[in-house]
Amino acid sequence: MSVAAETGVTAVDKPKSLWRRNFRRYGLPGFGAAIIVVWILIAAFAPLLTPYAPDLVDVTKRLQPPSQMHWLGTDMLGRDVLTRLFYGARISLFTGIVVVVVAAVFGTLVGGIAAYSRGRIEEVTMRITDLVLCFPPIILALAIAAALGIGAVNTIIAMLVVWWPKFARLARSMIIVQRSQEYVEAAMVVGYSPARILIRHIIPNSVGPLIVLVTLDVGNAIITFAGLSFLGLGVVPPTPEWGSMVAEGRELIEQWWVAAFPGLAILSIVLGFNFMGDGVRDWLDPKSRRW
Amino acid sequence: MQDLTRISSAETATAQDGAAILDVRDLRTYFYTDEGVVRAVDGISYSVPPGETLGIVGESGSGKTVAALSLMRLIDDPARIVGGEINFDGRDVVKLSDEELRKIRGGGIAMVFQDPMTSLNPVLNIARQLVETMVVHGRLTEEQALERAIKLLGRMGITAPERAVDSYPHQFSGGMRQRVMLAMGFSNEPQLLIADEPTTALDVTIQAQILELIVELNRDFKTAIVLISHNLGVIASVCSRVVVMYAGEIVEEGPTEKILADPRHPYTWALINAVPRIDRHVPGQRRLVTIDGTPPDPLNMPAGCRFAARCPFRIEKCEQHPELLEIAPGRKSRCWVTQAGGDLPPPETSRGAPAEAKARPDVHHGSETVIKRGERMLELRNVVKHFPLPKTTLFGKQKWVHAINGVSLDIAQGETVGLVGESGCGKSTLARVIARIHEPTAGSVLFHGQDIAHASQAQVRPLRRRMQMVFQDPYASLNPRMTVGDILGEPLRFHEVTHNEKETRERIAELLDVVGLPQKAAARYPHEFSGGQRQRISIARALSVRPDFIIADEPISALDVNIQAQIINLMIDLQERFGLTYLFIAHDLAVVRHISDRVVVLYLGSVMEIAPADTLFAEPLHPYTRYLISAVPIPDATVEAARQRLPLQGEPPSTVDPPSGCPFRTRCPIAQGICAEVMPPVAEVRPNHFVACHFPGQF
Repeated sequence: MSVAAETGVTAVDKPKSLWRRNFRRYGLPGFGAAIIVVWILIAAFAPLLTPYAPDLVDVTKRLQPPSQMHWLGTDMLGRDVLTRLFYGARISLFTGIVVVVVAAVFGTLVGGIAAYSRGRIEEVTMRITDLVLCFPPIILALAIAAALGIGAVNTIIAMLVVWWPKFARLARSMIIVQRSQEYVEAAMVVGYSPARILIRHIIPNSVGPLIVLVTLDVGNAIITFAGLSFLGLGVVPPTPEWGSMVAEGRELIEQWWVAAFPGLAILSIVLGFNFMGDGVRDWLDPKSRRW
Repeated sequence: MQDLTRISSAETATAQDGAAILDVRDLRTYFYTDEGVVRAVDGISYSVPPGETLGIVGESGSGKTVAALSLMRLIDDPARIVGGEINFDGRDVVKLSDEELRKIRGGGIAMVFQDPMTSLNPVLNIARQLVETMVVHGRLTEEQALERAIKLLGRMGITAPERAVDSYPHQFSGGMRQRVMLAMGFSNEPQLLIADEPTTALDVTIQAQILELIVELNRDFKTAIVLISHNLGVIASVCSRVVVMYAGEIVEEGPTEKILADPRHPYTWALINAVPRIDRHVPGQRRLVTIDGTPPDPLNMPAGCRFAARCPFRIEKCEQHPELLEIAPGRKSRCWVTQAGGDLPPPETSRGAPAEAKARPDVHHGSETVIKRGERMLELRNVVKHFPLPKTTLFGKQKWVHAINGVSLDIAQGETVGLVGESGCGKSTLARVIARIHEPTAGSVLFHGQDIAHASQAQVRPLRRRMQMVFQDPYASLNPRMTVGDILGEPLRFHEVTHNEKETRERIAELLDVVGLPQKAAARYPHEFSGGQRQRISIARALSVRPDFIIADEPISALDVNIQAQIINLMIDLQERFGLTYLFIAHDLAVVRHISDRVVVLYLGSVMEIAPADTLFAEPLHPYTRYLISAVPIPDATVEAARQRLPLQGEPPSTVDPPSGCPFRTRCPIAQGICAEVMPPVAEVRPNHFVACHFPGQF
């Protein structure tokens, strides 16, 4: 540091690896965001990126290893794994984002009403959230999806049912914290109505952690949806979906590429959302930042 | 072992030469932040002989806490000690291995922190924490340690220490926890105790107890003490020598009584004069001495004297950076003016407008209604506020916090009523009942003749234009997601004070001007401002709807003394300009005395005494008031030494289960049988002097 020269300090300690800190702060979130952007581009331009159709069956070419024709090989029905991977990104991204966003909006609303009304309404709504949270989420989703029948929309509905309570809880606790802040008392002294205080003052100050949870949670939702598909729920068979692709390759030991590449795709996208979520958290709440 | 007596070099040939227990040489601790290098501690040197009491004083950001933490290398990234030596007991702490360092921490040097609520581990009982401290250093077995722990707690003034060791920290009040911290600090018989603002979070009566304990411990154990505080009164009552820090440097050093009587650095001069004195109130002198500006940007320190930009005694030579040089035997200063033999004259007493100060104009600003001064504005009649506690068991009895128990009080147009009392006495609750954030349990609140005690928010709303509030915490009281312009503009639009955007903008500009902020502040967010500036914004918001009554709930207690003085002056200015009425809540009695016409003393939710400020402080009639006044430390070593201290023992009883009769009887030295049975009424003992005591003035 240049200060050392100025002041003639002899033993200048550099801070512990500036490089590592910058990497943590900008490198990983940037990397995560890059992964997500790449997957979004792939999902959007899937037809342009591959000469095959995702459900083109060619039994003569079944279970071919990766080659120049089929970069990631073919599956049991001779479909191109790479093509199916590209189209599968559409479903994964869509379900992940839709589930989390809808659950977040609904949960925040429930939590906000609970926190602001107090008393009986709060008691009832929060006990319902507790009730939902009592069940292991994937098993409850499994049961609901099984009851509704196979299909992407039904699986999304099943996931929404198990997904909103955590947002309701977080929103409620955030709003309760904000309620007791002096600026809310100041707003009361000016004479604003409760609705105005909630919407203009409390909610804008409570959304930070919710946004963090949303970003961190998309990866979670994607992996849950893939899990449900793996178990046979989720999408209807010919539809390309990563979880069901892994399931198809489950018993093929020699033909590792059928299951491995969709698995890696899930890994990369979940990692991407987690890295980005960490970055968003550090950015919105500098206090939680680790050096 | 190295030589224990590392002689300090010739440049600090002071009386403390020789066997200094702690000798800090040119210590530099820098923060490597994203924005650049912050030189928090920038080359400080001082030494502490065995058994001495040294005070370190300075405003927040002056580097005093970082300097203290550096002594034990308790600093973390991004902060680093980049240079200098810390010779403790003959060894340089900067160069010690972690193993050796651990022996010094707790063994040789002990530390007591500011916040007693977080510095004890909440899941371990007191015994475990104390015993662990002693056993870790390998001097005692567990049994011996426990025995010693009990003895120490007894020595620290904790009643029934045998039972106390089995308690958990949450069962103790702040003052008790600070005693436990002191017991922990002394458990290994350290040679040096560092106390970082040990009493800042405590009430004035508890503060007096803890300070007295520290003085006794210093005397009995011969432990050297480094006391860090922003409060010169605290320093004066404990320390024999004082070091003043500003912008990471020591600007003045010397014996406490000499520095307080005759400061030789303009910053010390400003610190001393910015504080109102409880023992020296000049009627008519309403303005406090303040210095302009803010401390320099630590990222970009000026090349010359760091105080020059704010200094009222600035000379040309201040362009160059002065050194800390001896100006008199045992005294050093970093100032060209005093080094050249100049002195710093006491501030002119005729600052402001003392002559007109009392004759305040009777105009209600922007007034439709002109109200005569003296007309009754607010009347509280037997106001009671009890809060239900959550039930601990399903069939348990409902318990209540008795926050306010029947307070009656009148406030007249144009006066300033000070409200004082220890924390938990119901000051803030009373403010919130008056502002109708809380609905009182019983009693009536008449504001301009209208009873608002149980009115709905819609009914109260029109009155909100006439009653506003300023809050304590300048960081929490402004919505962080709104610009200053929106914060000030929203009430204007809401109450239709202004009718179009142009008017709103003009009014915002006017408000910013009134509180002394630049126009461009409107477009910025609260976090871009310092604590004092935020409090100005808070005041501007309160003024926006042109109220005539302002409740100020501890508006200055989170601020540094110079900023405190600025805010007090601003509030006095505004009162004179707009004929405002204030209810001023504070725990700092000197400030309350300075600003108030009348003072109300509250204890456990009941009024103890109401009197004109000068009368109350000159002739307090209630024993509690006498204790309170006596507990305030005075920043004048001579006065402090001559004062007779009245030690108020114990702590306020619980508000859940308050004592019968007079609430103060459990701590009162003159309490008799009747006090436990009958709550004394608030009676007018002398004209305008109301006391709730069966034996007023007999203590």
